[in-house]
Amino acid sequence: MPDPAIQTSGLVKVFGDTRAVDGLDLSVPSGSVYGVLGPNGAGKTTAVRMLATLLRPDGGEATVFGHDVVREADAVRSRVSLTGQYASVDEEMTGAENLILLGRLLGHRKPAAKERAAELLEAFGLTEAAGRQVKTYSGGMRRRIDIAASILNTPDLLFLDEPTTGLDPRSRNQVWDIVRVVVAHGTTVLLTTQYLEEADRLASRIAVIDHGKVIAEGTPGELKSSVGSGSVHVRLRDPATRGEAERLLAETLDAPVYLEADPVALTARITGDGAEAAQAARALGRLAEAGIVVDDFSLGQPSLDEVFLALTDHPATEEQAA
Amino acid sequence: MSTTTETTYAPAAEMLGTVLAPGVKPPRPSAWSASLTFGWRAVLKIKHVPEQLFDVTAFPLMMTLMFTYLFGGALAGSPTEYLQFLLPGIMVTSVVMITMYTGVEVNKDIEKGVFDRFRTLPIWRPSTMVGYLLGDILRYTMASTVILLVGLVLGFRPQGGVVGVVIGILVLLGFSFAFSWIWTMFGLLLRSEKSVMGVSMLVLFPLTFLSNVYVEPSTMPGWLQVFVNVNPITHLVASVRSLMAGTPDAGELMWVLVASVLMIAVFGTLTMRLYNRK
Ligand SMILES: Nc1ncnc2c1ncn2[C@@H]1O[C@H](COP(=O)(O)OP(=O)(O)OP(=O)(O)O)[C@@H](O)[C@H]1O
Ligand SMILES: [Mg+2]
Repeated sequence: MPDPAIQTSGLVKVFGDTRAVDGLDLSVPSGSVYGVLGPNGAGKTTAVRMLATLLRPDGGEATVFGHDVVREADAVRSRVSLTGQYASVDEEMTGAENLILLGRLLGHRKPAAKERAAELLEAFGLTEAAGRQVKTYSGGMRRRIDIAASILNTPDLLFLDEPTTGLDPRSRNQVWDIVRVVVAHGTTVLLTTQYLEEADRLASRIAVIDHGKVIAEGTPGELKSSVGSGSVHVRLRDPATRGEAERLLAETLDAPVYLEADPVALTARITGDGAEAAQAARALGRLAEAGIVVDDFSLGQPSLDEVFLALTDHPATEEQAA
Repeated sequence: MSTTTETTYAPAAEMLGTVLAPGVKPPRPSAWSASLTFGWRAVLKIKHVPEQLFDVTAFPLMMTLMFTYLFGGALAGSPTEYLQFLLPGIMVTSVVMITMYTGVEVNKDIEKGVFDRFRTLPIWRPSTMVGYLLGDILRYTMASTVILLVGLVLGFRPQGGVVGVVIGILVLLGFSFAFSWIWTMFGLLLRSEKSVMGVSMLVLFPLTFLSNVYVEPSTMPGWLQVFVNVNPITHLVASVRSLMAGTPDAGELMWVLVASVLMIAVFGTLTMRLYNRK
């Protein structure tokens, strides 16, 4: 077992009255993607910024490849790189200039920096946009130049803070592909996200955090089995039929049913072990027999909201404990 | 802001793989090299937004014309005569005034994610700030050149010759570099561009006007002379004036040198403390 890439114990960061990170314990093995899953305001960005030496912790310990993030910040900086939640490239400069600038700052001489920039632009499909200011890029292109900048020196640990929030499905898939290649080449990735699906697809282990603490940790399989392996989302024509629908679904699926904020929507967990689709079909059949009109339904993974409900008995909201 | 639709991009594993192949990492850049790289960034920004050069060209031009003709007749008999006295001072005023944009730039940048990236690099920490100041020295040089040229056209005839004028400008640039650390500090300390501007004006107006730029301090009331004589701008103007007039004043030059070193020591340290804490 190699040394863990990240080890934290009781990490704390307080902003005024907000305990943004409140006793965080993480152990991230090297060589894989580690997912940190949490809703808005859970403390993901704050935690990542402390680990990337951008913020000084108010309590607890954190080491990256065995180096303390405060006392040995420079040693940590030479091994990690960060793609922040908001673009961490210079919008007024062109894509090529951004990469050349970073190449120079990482110690490459000018010709080598230029060559490296050209290679990266090519690999990330940005050659055509190389000479344009980054502010003219689309969201997906920005993310790619951002990630290209982060792997310029092939870091040992890459932080990706919500890399796909706000991207369309195609751009999101591109980012996922890039992450897979990066990990296959030996870089450890710490990825924060609000989507269980994303963590599930990419990460070998996931920590779910809420109010600055880890509330569950394990492989995606372990987490999902604690929540239910899938869920069926149903939208009814008539809100008045929701009570009856809730009863029928609970009875057929033998699982908790979650009433969404939308008065015609409800979601039921399925613990079917491979037979989810069949179970969902049976449940929908029961609704049809009872004369309840279903406008729309879908079968999917539990949403973050459902995960939270299962783990904490409260939905994922940004509400601040006063 | 315009965005472009992109051509479909499919990440090719082999291609990404080659750029990821761990090559030999180069040694970290020296402090000087990192600072120069950030200076290059400042120059690139000027290239992309050339309008920002307005304040180092039009503003100094206006200042020189305005004060030469406004006060020239009344204070020295004729604008040309007054110009011999005024020009070094107006050059100092203009350059010192535009130092405040350093703070504004820092403040605009610090909120952006790109600063986070710089701060996670294993480089000499002050190099980011030194880079701004290197870019600014270019701007200060432009402003000084504009004023000098306008002055020469209007009849400024410095007795110190080319050497005196060049050394005078170098002293001004050195002092402005040191002085700008005050603004990097405020740029990091204050919350908005507007407040940085506000504080800058509050400091710069009294410093430049309550000095020997426009009139000899001996014509002022005694209590004002006390302030004017401890004002660093007064000493800077006296130094530059003496150099351009071909009669270098060693005492004033020493004063400026000591003040510059002190400013770098105090405000440079405070700036870096704020930078590391952000
Ligand atoms: N600089 C700051 N000053 C004051 N409060 C802050 C600061 N940064 C974060 N917070 C607060 O700390 C808490 C955690 O914020 P953080 O940005 O770490 O959450 P997050 O999990 O990244 O959320 P999101 O998904 O929205 O990015 C929030 O309540 C936030 O308002
Ligand atoms: Mg965040």
